[in-house]
Amino acid sequence: MKRAVLQLDALTKSFGALRVADAIGLEILAGETHAIIGPNGAGKTSLINQISGALAPDAGRIVFDGRDVTQMSMAARAHLGFARSFQITQVLPHFSALENVALAVQARSGSSFRFWQAAAGEANLNRVAVRSLETVELAERADTPAGSLSHGEKRRLEIAIALAHAPKLLLLDEPMAGAGSEETRRLVATLKSLKGRYSILLVEHDMQAVFALADRISVLVAGRIIATGEPQVVRADPAVRAAYLGEAT
Amino acid sequence: MPRARRAIPAVAPKAPPALTFDQRLAAGLFVLLALLPLLSRGIASSYLLLVGERVVIFAIAALSLELLIGAGGLVSFGHAAFLGIGAYAAGIVASHGHGTLSIALPAALATSALFALATGAIAVRTRGVYFIMITLAFAQMAFFIATSLAPYGGDDGLTWPTRTMLWGRPLLKDQLTFFYLCLALLIASYLGVGRLIASRFGRVLRGLKDNETRMQAIGFAPHLYRLTAYVIAGTLCGLAGFLLGNQAEFVSPAYMHWQRSGELIIMVLLGGTGTLYGPMLGALAFLLLEETLSRLTEHWKVMLGPALVLIALFASGGIAGAIAAWRQRRAMGARLALPLARRHRLGAARKGSRSWRRAGLRLLSRTARGLRRGADAARAACAPAKTALGRGLQALPSLAERRLKATVVRWWRE
Repeated sequence: MKRAVLQLDALTKSFGALRVADAIGLEILAGETHAIIGPNGAGKTSLINQISGALAPDAGRIVFDGRDVTQMSMAARAHLGFARSFQITQVLPHFSALENVALAVQARSGSSFRFWQAAAGEANLNRVAVRSLETVELAERADTPAGSLSHGEKRRLEIAIALAHAPKLLLLDEPMAGAGSEETRRLVATLKSLKGRYSILLVEHDMQAVFALADRISVLVAGRIIATGEPQVVRADPAVRAAYLGEAT
Repeated sequence: MPRARRAIPAVAPKAPPALTFDQRLAAGLFVLLALLPLLSRGIASSYLLLVGERVVIFAIAALSLELLIGAGGLVSFGHAAFLGIGAYAAGIVASHGHGTLSIALPAALATSALFALATGAIAVRTRGVYFIMITLAFAQMAFFIATSLAPYGGDDGLTWPTRTMLWGRPLLKDQLTFFYLCLALLIASYLGVGRLIASRFGRVLRGLKDNETRMQAIGFAPHLYRLTAYVIAGTLCGLAGFLLGNQAEFVSPAYMHWQRSGELIIMVLLGGTGTLYGPMLGALAFLLLEETLSRLTEHWKVMLGPALVLIALFASGGIAGAIAAWRQRRAMGARLALPLARRHRLGAARKGSRSWRRAGLRLLSRTARGLRRGADAARAACAPAKTALGRGLQALPSLAERRLKATVVRWWRE
């Protein structure tokens, strides 16, 4: 039996009368790619925001590596090994692609309260950053400002940033959102190459991508997990078909 | 191995690069300032040197504000508080007979740093307009504290017993020594702020300005970095205040007035934020405008206002932005034109620009004359509005205080 990296315990969150997380219990195992699917408004992004620390839950616990992180800030969680990409791309537009990644490396290696040495010339940071860019096939765009990259390239840059801090848990919020079919193919290939090396929580709308990537799938409907299991099992689940896949197919 | 070859230039630039255009501009500015005493020796008065000292001192203050605005995205509307605090701290210890450099300067810097730490700890929790309001409120508090410092002159200000003593001698009394000391400190500030912005810390600060969410997600907690920047900028501006107090051998609450804070912002924006030479040029341009326009008319701000509006409309990057745009145009022209055709066209353009300049000057002087006449007429007509405006401005600090109080209370409850 594999060890659980992340455990959610009765996580609950409401926005006014709208309950976006209703006693969610979930386990992400070490090394697995766990996908969360669900119709629009099911609370997927709210869930990932609570896990990453952008949103505080009303009740429940988030346990990471045996440690309760429910009250921790986003930055503190990042230091423990959380890394995330965003549904709406979040890069530093005025920094080069390389510096975007190098900053993530900097966050994990040594103090950032250094005031004299030029950061852009730190070879040990840049070396790791270049390797991370190579993983997502973006090395030749290293010197381009992130704001001038194409949408698909930005999405890959986000993954490179996430990989740069040697994460224990990757939280990917719709990494394929808005990407063309060619870009989606590339992104799936990239993520496939990461499979098994990282524990990944993937929120995604693209069903083909989900079934190609996920080891296990959880289905979130109206703030509740209605099914968790291997792709074939989930696909066959009558409740899931009724609530979600039925609409799609 | 094409991949490895591509990676190398990104990893380590080999030779130390020559001075960039920006650095050469800054160096030129420093040389020009350094030559100023030669010029002013010809003129009987040391008036020019006095203006030069003010330019240099305010350039230091503008640099410190640029660290907040340009690198940190923190528009402080209370930065002049540090000018006053630096000058008051040094003046007060001097009035107790401790006017030596080894005491007065550390007192000025430490007081500024402490004030920045205490107020910044609250201010950096807010963003945007709220940050502007809260820094304004703190500066107004400092202003009113200074006006109520009865033992140290209160409203009238505090006259320093002497300029700061160096090695037991009044060395700074000598105008040349003082001027070059200020200039040396400006150059040191320029180099220091430049290193700081390029450093690990500066990169985090710039990253937080660019996209705070992304920076948090990779593990940077914003408050601590912003607070550190605020303390560094406040201390540096405290140094400028120390020099300003020395220059005048006097300090008054007016040093911290919110108008002065506004002028510092104008210097940074007029010069062009995002570069280091920009704010320094901005300080130079602003003070020269002030000197020349205030000689034309006492209502010189009537002309400064429209000039600033025009800059905001047509040169949003300030002087630095205009220079960058000009360089880009020139570089493009040089690439496009054949050498011969280019010489021809340049000649024509030069002629054209000369007549344009004449027309521009005519327009400017006519506008100035019109404005002066208009201002005199407007003054008579607008007296009631002026008192109303004055009352409104008096109400502004109390509004800011209320806002601050609410924030503090909320913060406390949290």
